[in-house]
Amino acid sequence: MVQELPHPFSKYLRSAMMPHIWCSGCGNGIVLNCFVHALDELQLDLDKLVVVSGIGCIGRTAGYTNADSFHTTHGRAIPFATGVKLANPELEVVVISGDGDLFAIGGNHFIHAARRNIGIKVICANNFNYGMTGGQQGPTTPLESITNTTPYGNIEHPFNLVHLAAASGATYVARWTTLHVRRLTQSIKRMLQKEGFCFIEVVSPCPEIFGRQNKMRTGLEMMEWFRRSSVVENFSDPSKAEITSEKIVVGEFVNVTKVSYEKFFHEKLAQINEKAVEW
Amino acid sequence: MTKKRALLSGVHFMNGDIACAEGALAAGCRFFAGYPITPATEIAEHLSRRMPELGGIYIQMEDEIASIAAVIGASYAGLKAMTATSGPGFSLMQENIGLAAMTETPCVIVDIMRGGPSTGQPTLPGQQDVMQAKWGSHGDYATIALSPSSVQEMFNLTIEAFNLAEAYRVPTLLMGDEIVAHMWEKVVVPHASEIKIVNRKKPSASPGKYGPFVPDDDLVPPMACFGEGYRFHATGLTHDEMGYPRTQSSEVQAKLVKRLCEKISRNEDKIVKVEEVMLEDADVAVVAYGIVARAALSAVRKAREAGIKAGLLRLITLWPFPEKPVAKIANQTKAIVVPEMNCGQIVREVQRAAKTTPVSFLSKLGEEPHTPKEIFESIRRNA
Amino acid sequence: MPERIMHEPLDGKKVKKPKAEIHIISDQCKGCGFCIEYCPKKVLEESQEINARGVHPPKIVDESKCIICSFCTAVCPDFAIFVVEKPCKEAC
Repeated sequence: MVQELPHPFSKYLRSAMMPHIWCSGCGNGIVLNCFVHALDELQLDLDKLVVVSGIGCIGRTAGYTNADSFHTTHGRAIPFATGVKLANPELEVVVISGDGDLFAIGGNHFIHAARRNIGIKVICANNFNYGMTGGQQGPTTPLESITNTTPYGNIEHPFNLVHLAAASGATYVARWTTLHVRRLTQSIKRMLQKEGFCFIEVVSPCPEIFGRQNKMRTGLEMMEWFRRSSVVENFSDPSKAEITSEKIVVGEFVNVTKVSYEKFFHEKLAQINEKAVEW
Repeated sequence: MTKKRALLSGVHFMNGDIACAEGALAAGCRFFAGYPITPATEIAEHLSRRMPELGGIYIQMEDEIASIAAVIGASYAGLKAMTATSGPGFSLMQENIGLAAMTETPCVIVDIMRGGPSTGQPTLPGQQDVMQAKWGSHGDYATIALSPSSVQEMFNLTIEAFNLAEAYRVPTLLMGDEIVAHMWEKVVVPHASEIKIVNRKKPSASPGKYGPFVPDDDLVPPMACFGEGYRFHATGLTHDEMGYPRTQSSEVQAKLVKRLCEKISRNEDKIVKVEEVMLEDADVAVVAYGIVARAALSAVRKAREAGIKAGLLRLITLWPFPEKPVAKIANQTKAIVVPEMNCGQIVREVQRAAKTTPVSFLSKLGEEPHTPKEIFESIRRNA
Repeated sequence: MPERIMHEPLDGKKVKKPKAEIHIISDQCKGCGFCIEYCPKKVLEESQEINARGVHPPKIVDESKCIICSFCTAVCPDFAIFVVEKPCKEAC
């Protein structure tokens, strides 16, 4: 009941930018909450953290986090983050962006960064549409869903993001919903301590737009869908990790060890310089 | 740790692409992200060997857009960064060149121009991208663009490009052409003490008091990098001096966009470089740049032998456009001839600056630049 | 790996349970209702007051029932609610 204490995570947030612009019931705030919670549990050095985001509602996250941050052009958060990580591998580089930014316009960058195993950490808030621009179809919009650009029902098959990430070579792949706050926080912690390209998909409510057009008008109704349908299937086959109105398969799908690009590069540098000859 | 040298002081026989790559290394560039494209591929190939020798980063990205994005990232992480491409890649990069301008990222983009538009003539020269160097991305912003005319200049101007990029926190373009990039000439690489290197201004303010876009008197803000404890934010959205998005404020938009443009225009006198040859008493001036300037020089000498008082104004800086030098010679001469390997781009700027002095445009498209004879004939017609 | 859940601490009778102190930052609440709905002990309900955002923030029904699971803290998208343990002097 007492109101003088500041929120325990306020030091991870830029007070000048708060409160955030996200709608009531939007999952982006939960993604941010779980992210800073993970930072807090790890006591990560905030001076060594770089948060990169793309364009979209979730893209505002970079502005809200109290760390070096950059808000790139649409779809280009991952190559930007690649440049940062390679230039200074000591930095913890986290990309927080949306399904459209990372997998439509940014799709090519995603698969190559995963293939290369660049040590950046990617959190995708998947809300099944392009929320910021008003609710258009995106690469993860479920079949038959109504969006601003699919008024008769979506006829495109959506991506299975965890399958795509696993197939592209990510060393850590997980999917949680915004209801699985603790497991999401633990996943983020695990990811931040891991070498190589890591990916977490967060199934997130967009009640004002996607939800409203698809008979789930409030955050609570969308979270109810998550609660009713989620089933945890750790280390199951990511290609079978479907998202339907009846079933949302969540869990950790991939957790392997593979040398990261930057580590391999530095090993090569050491080899080259051992054999160096004066010009 | 490394036994290889960044600066290969001495006399060399190199092609333009290699000279450009060596110039970058001499300037302190330690990050290159690129994508193969004729005729700039050799820059990437050369750096793929040289960068690792110096502990620098070389990465071939999946496309040009990724390349320029990675360059901006590396620059913000503290390294001098460069990419190299040609027309098609240059077009792809425009959105992020705009991002670099908006976030005031020092970086160098090399465009080795080839025949365009579209896929065009990949192995042949052109000068068709020069307007794009100024206007390529959407919105109002300013870039600096340099035009090398020789392999030595590919080396020198790459260093100059880095210096300008760092001094003004701006994406700087090196607009070469396929001939200058592929021809082989003597290059003298000086000793370190003879090369001027400029680094970005670092903040004097402490982390709590630092604003990433608070300009100094020269309109350029000091630049902190990631990992230095400043915890700053940068965005492509219209932003205030703290870097926070202010998309609803006309005042912030006006102030920011004007400063981005004036940062270059107000410092024009320090940036613009031209070469003046035999202009003191010239009746006809040729204004040329890039490989065409080589033929133009020959033509001007021929004209002098034929008794015509001709001179050459070679543009080394294309943007900001050298208005003052052009206006000055327009006042002194009867006519100006502008040969370009395009359908008329820089000539428009020359006409604008020359005001009433007649400007004659000589277009040439295809594999050969203008011959000295063609330019000479034009000089004679205008004398 | 699934986490093991302890149902009853072995020293449950000897150790005093911590008392909760729930903080609600009313004007930051956007009224999503997640904390109210998902509190395992139904400690919160929607209040009748209207905050600066024009919505009904939560109010505490019975703070003594709170088990400091902190689910509300974790699930709040707006950083508008958090639970801390009352310092021992006040709790014990």
